[in-house]
Amino acid sequence: MTTSATRTPAICLEDACVAFGQRRLWDHLDIDIEPGEFVAVLGPNGAGKTTLLRVLLGQVDLAHGQARIGGVPVSRGSRLIGYVPQQKSLDHRATLRGRDLVALGLDGDRWGPPWPSREQRRQVDAALEQVGATAYADAPLSMLSGGEQQRLRIAQALVRRPTVLLCDEPLLSLDLHQQRTVTELIDRTRRELDIAVVFVTHEINPILSAVDRVIHFAAGKALVGTPDEVMTTESLTELYGSPVEVIRHQNRIIVVGADEVTGHAHHPHDHDDEDAA
Amino acid sequence: MSFDTVINFHNFAELLPLVTGSLTAGLILGILAGVIGPMIHARDLAFAVHGTSEISFAGAAAALLLGWNVAGGAIGGSLLAAIVLGLLGVRARDRNATIAILLPFGLGLGVLFLALYKGRSANKFGLLTGQIVAVEQAQVVTLSVVAVIVATALAVMWRPLWFASVDPEVAIARGVPVRQLSIAFMVVLGLVTAMAVQLVGALLVLSLLITPTAAAARVSVRPLALSALSVLFAVVSAVGGILLSLGPGLPVSPYVTTISFTIYLVCVALGRLRARRGWNVRRA
Repeated sequence: MTTSATRTPAICLEDACVAFGQRRLWDHLDIDIEPGEFVAVLGPNGAGKTTLLRVLLGQVDLAHGQARIGGVPVSRGSRLIGYVPQQKSLDHRATLRGRDLVALGLDGDRWGPPWPSREQRRQVDAALEQVGATAYADAPLSMLSGGEQQRLRIAQALVRRPTVLLCDEPLLSLDLHQQRTVTELIDRTRRELDIAVVFVTHEINPILSAVDRVIHFAAGKALVGTPDEVMTTESLTELYGSPVEVIRHQNRIIVVGADEVTGHAHHPHDHDDEDAA
Repeated sequence: MSFDTVINFHNFAELLPLVTGSLTAGLILGILAGVIGPMIHARDLAFAVHGTSEISFAGAAAALLLGWNVAGGAIGGSLLAAIVLGLLGVRARDRNATIAILLPFGLGLGVLFLALYKGRSANKFGLLTGQIVAVEQAQVVTLSVVAVIVATALAVMWRPLWFASVDPEVAIARGVPVRQLSIAFMVVLGLVTAMAVQLVGALLVLSLLITPTAAAARVSVRPLALSALSVLFAVVSAVGGILLSLGPGLPVSPYVTTISFTIYLVCVALGRLRARRGWNVRRA
């Protein structure tokens, strides 16, 4: 139980471990994520980045340890969570306006026929306003750019006023300009609304200026710290268990060697690590 | 052969009272088809509808041969198909292969049952290509009961089902029971298909379940307008088809399919026009 003096962490993971059968994906993950904190989740393909999100969504059970959101154990369909998926070219069959996508985020999981109400419209409008998507809210979704679609995705995630925003590679397949505007939007939003952001990405540079802390998965382990602590040659070499070089260049971080390591993940001292997917 | 052979209104006034049952059936079916259409469209289930209708045909043919209730046979067949499809393939790619395997098998069985059937040949032909003119009171009752069941089920699950259809990733993240909904919807779809098979025949079911919504989607993206237009188009096709078939005394299905196709062509043209003028309703 938390005392009144300390704020309840938005997300709390205690000695968390995910295992499929005998194979441990990652283990001993400890982190308290504060409201308003921006945490990037890094690591090679198959290291368990998205699995962390699925744990927080209540879709994957921990092998041991605990996962809590807002002080309560994770559960499916939690109202405290907003979820932003990858941008994908939306199907032409999906006859949908941006406004409809946001409305689904508000009450799409409720049973019964959809009765449009003034209150629903007000909340949807507020979310659209929050992300600056009002101008194109009534256009068919398939006619919008990837960046505009992701803005609407963020509005969809925010419309129920969550305390946690889980983002699964939301910048993938966006161009550099769109990546920047979407990152700025998420960064501004979490500060304004005091929302904790867990941001899965394979590329830290586009979000480096926004990131407070990093969870880096590799070789069945998890390393937690600020980018300056985690993204160093020493830290990552220890994490991967083989030589990795980190080069800092003009506010960019370049990691050399990590891909080769995970390409054939067989370390003599660790048999539990994840094969590269 | 003159144009008169396919389009005429001979004795229209005398024939009309004889087909009130059929018109009621056409109206109910049109509404059902129009309501469920947008969901079929969003879930990309056109081919599944086709497959289900062939299995439903096999069921109806079996019932005909064994002297059972034909509507019951059609429902049995399509529910079986719906459950198999719902269980086997949630992903479209897996599903299409499953359908392509089931469909010819069902059709083949149906052909066998019909070949063995010694009764009226009009009954045989009707299951494949439609027969409406002799809809009996009992059939209208069956149709009404099914319509109420379908409408209730759709009303209850519409929102999460729509969420799961157009935005599955976020729906799963929100805890929507996507897989269970998929199976439940296939069952509802099976019921509607079984009803449509008896009206327009197994081969032409798509003209009522798919075409009206496809046409509506060309001219609107608003959810309410999409549903309203697809109901309107399906009802006009079904009822209009029955009315037009009266004078010439030909099967109803060519009229239903032609009306439905014509509406589609008009909507494509309108959609093109609208896209050229800039559909992007962006405010400055």
